[in-house]
Amino acid sequence: MGLTYILRRLLTMIPVFLLVVTLVFFMIRFAPGGPFSAEKKVPAQVLKNLEAKYHMDEPLIQQYFRYLRDLSRFDLGPSFKHSNRTVNEIIAEAFPVSMELGLISLCWALLIGISAGGLAALKPNTFYDYIPMSLSILGICLPTFVVGPVMVLIFGLWLNWLPVAGWNSWQDRLLPSLTLGFAYAAYISRLTRGGFMEIRHQDFIRTARAKGLTETQILLKHSLRGGILPVVSYLGPALAGIITGALVTETIFNIPGLGRFFIESALNRDYTVVMGTSLLYFTLIFVCNFLVDIVYVLLDPRVKYE
Amino acid sequence: MSFGSWRLTLCTVSTLLFLSVSTLIPLSNAESAVPQVLNLGNGGEPKDLDPHTVTGVPEFHIIMNIFEGLVSKDPKNLEPIPGVAEKWKVSKDGKTYTFFLRKNAKWSQGDPVTASDFIYSWIRLLKPETASEYAYQGFYIKNGKAFNEGKLTDPNQLGLKAIDSSTLEVQLENPTPFFLSLLFHHSLYPVHKATIEKFGARWTRPENFVGNGAFTLKKWEVNRVITVAPNPFYWDKETVKLSEANFFPIDKHETEEKMFRAKSLHTVDDLPLEKLPLWQKDTTGVFKNHPYLGTYYYWFNCTKAPLNNKKVRQALTLAIDRDRIVRLVTRGGQVPATMFTPPGTGGFKPESRLPKDGSQIQKAKQLLAEAGFPNGKGLPSLEILYNTSDNHKKIAEAIQQMWRENLGISSSLFNQEWKVFLDNQQTKNYMIARAGWIADYNDPNTFLDMFVTNGGNNHSGYSNSSYDELIESAKKERNPKKRFAIFQKAEDILLEDLPVLPIYVYSRNYLLSNEVQGWHPNIEDIHPLKYISIVKK
Repeated sequence: MGLTYILRRLLTMIPVFLLVVTLVFFMIRFAPGGPFSAEKKVPAQVLKNLEAKYHMDEPLIQQYFRYLRDLSRFDLGPSFKHSNRTVNEIIAEAFPVSMELGLISLCWALLIGISAGGLAALKPNTFYDYIPMSLSILGICLPTFVVGPVMVLIFGLWLNWLPVAGWNSWQDRLLPSLTLGFAYAAYISRLTRGGFMEIRHQDFIRTARAKGLTETQILLKHSLRGGILPVVSYLGPALAGIITGALVTETIFNIPGLGRFFIESALNRDYTVVMGTSLLYFTLIFVCNFLVDIVYVLLDPRVKYE
Repeated sequence: MSFGSWRLTLCTVSTLLFLSVSTLIPLSNAESAVPQVLNLGNGGEPKDLDPHTVTGVPEFHIIMNIFEGLVSKDPKNLEPIPGVAEKWKVSKDGKTYTFFLRKNAKWSQGDPVTASDFIYSWIRLLKPETASEYAYQGFYIKNGKAFNEGKLTDPNQLGLKAIDSSTLEVQLENPTPFFLSLLFHHSLYPVHKATIEKFGARWTRPENFVGNGAFTLKKWEVNRVITVAPNPFYWDKETVKLSEANFFPIDKHETEEKMFRAKSLHTVDDLPLEKLPLWQKDTTGVFKNHPYLGTYYYWFNCTKAPLNNKKVRQALTLAIDRDRIVRLVTRGGQVPATMFTPPGTGGFKPESRLPKDGSQIQKAKQLLAEAGFPNGKGLPSLEILYNTSDNHKKIAEAIQQMWRENLGISSSLFNQEWKVFLDNQQTKNYMIARAGWIADYNDPNTFLDMFVTNGGNNHSGYSNSSYDELIESAKKERNPKKRFAIFQKAEDILLEDLPVLPIYVYSRNYLLSNEVQGWHPNIEDIHPLKYISIVKK
């Protein structure tokens, strides 16, 4: 893999990034209403004062360039709604929480998904295959807003083992991360099974078997690297999705993550927070996919990027 | 230090420790065997805790405990009681208020609270640069409006004067009978000048914060918790029992309710609608339900046919069975609105002018026929606009059905995202639109001055000069009886002209642990933590 490839990928990011900035900036501005519209209407003079305070009285194009200028200094501006905080501060506080939730969930997803998928692939078309695969269908079909409350009901309210909401102790991490990880575990288990099944019939596996290796040795030494490839390519979008898509889980369990800001800011027309979170998510998705492409080359000798 | 002196110090310290612990133990056993920590579900995450810039209810729940205005409210009957001001006097014409501040009122870092603190704060509220959405709460002060609009730039021309450090004289534009009640509103609380000048917008961070309430800000973790603890310098700190209160921002009512059941919360801010029937059967006494100072209604767009026809509006209003709506649809103990101002607002009890149930359907039919649409024939299909929400939808569907069955009128429902909805409502781009109004202060004026010609919140395009005159004269009338008579006349005109279709008076439905003492359900839903304590049950 050449350095030129990495550089080229990074360079293509710049125009795409600018396009995203421009699109999001103008789309949110053209949405009806504004950050200061409310059921109790603000008197005209007060509205003028507010607009002056946030430079909203300037022409839109001028505001756009002001935003670009601030962005080049990594200054995402003040929040319209959370008036004693800047967008940088909001992200600095909330993003690590989302990241933590996402990573723990992903660990669960990998742990449960790969072991269930591996088991199913080892003994295809048996009890060990049918049970995890049926469960995975369930996992894919059931949305988090069903799984979450059910888990809360069982472990929080009936058994009284775990807290029902919050984000303070390690026990608080269990239910939300399992809820979020469950759906991804389901996908991963099917991908793992598929990957392994494909590899099983390849010549080099047959050779390994002919050499007299045990199934476990074959699995760990020969099939794992190839069989896991579909999972790896899924990991990039999964990590990005798990972090950006944690909104429902964050609301159910009252977790102070970024997902809530993302939705709330769009509903409030908190322009700067909408911009900040969208750009962060865009960067995150880009970086995750980029990393996966690199890992892919390391795992699969057949893939080469020029 | 030699080994000998070490031993001596050790002995002394341990003796002292033993003595202090042995004297403390009986005290703490008697006073606070139960941890005095209150955990509250508080709706959304507060935007800020600056009394001059915030607008929301979650913010107010916290702010009223970490600041104190000139006047407080009795937690039981909501009558004005002394706050920072020990006493006050009102001039004969009702336009000059003199407040005598207590000498021992202090900020949370120990400075005294003075008359000039209030002057600074109210100038700050009115300054255009502050861009306060509640600046109009200061428009009752002489020249307040002109100053906020930039027509006057000299703050000395405002009706505010510090006679000495503990005497404040306030001159008003008009005798404003509800002025004392207004002083409980957060926009008129004092703020600490030195702190704001030093920290700017960041002065409401816990590390910088200075307030003058019974409590002070201890911790603020965004979307996690806001913790307040007693203000050691508060003038009435003996009354305060709680050692800490935690306000948890929880957007989802379902989550809140589960946390209450798991005993992580003492009280929830609201309940999911579908859980109401279950909790209403509760026998443990934790379920609370009482009326609230707000009205749920529909706007009629009076500028467009056919709703510019008064008879059509009257027919539509009379054809609704409000009782069925609150019994079968909302089911939360709401009261059918047979008037616009909720009964009991500031002591005012408006007469019922609208039918509670479907008893006037015949009259409605007749009115519709008189308007030229017998049995609904010839009337264009009506459009009901509401912001996306299951509850609004259910109510709109019930009304749609009642109009169809009772009047033969067809109507369609449209839902829009909140800000899009507001935009259309405020530009009168609708036929019928859902609305709700919650009182800013406990006086009928907050409900009735909304309908004056071109009023900022009058979205119906309604205009009636005799109505405008009544509202204007109520501003000047000091005799409460005469004033209520004026408001009754205004109500009568309003319910005759019907730019709105009142549906129900809001109610509060929430849960409160039996361990909480000193929490009195009331129509303004105000519960100062100062009076609250926790007992084990």
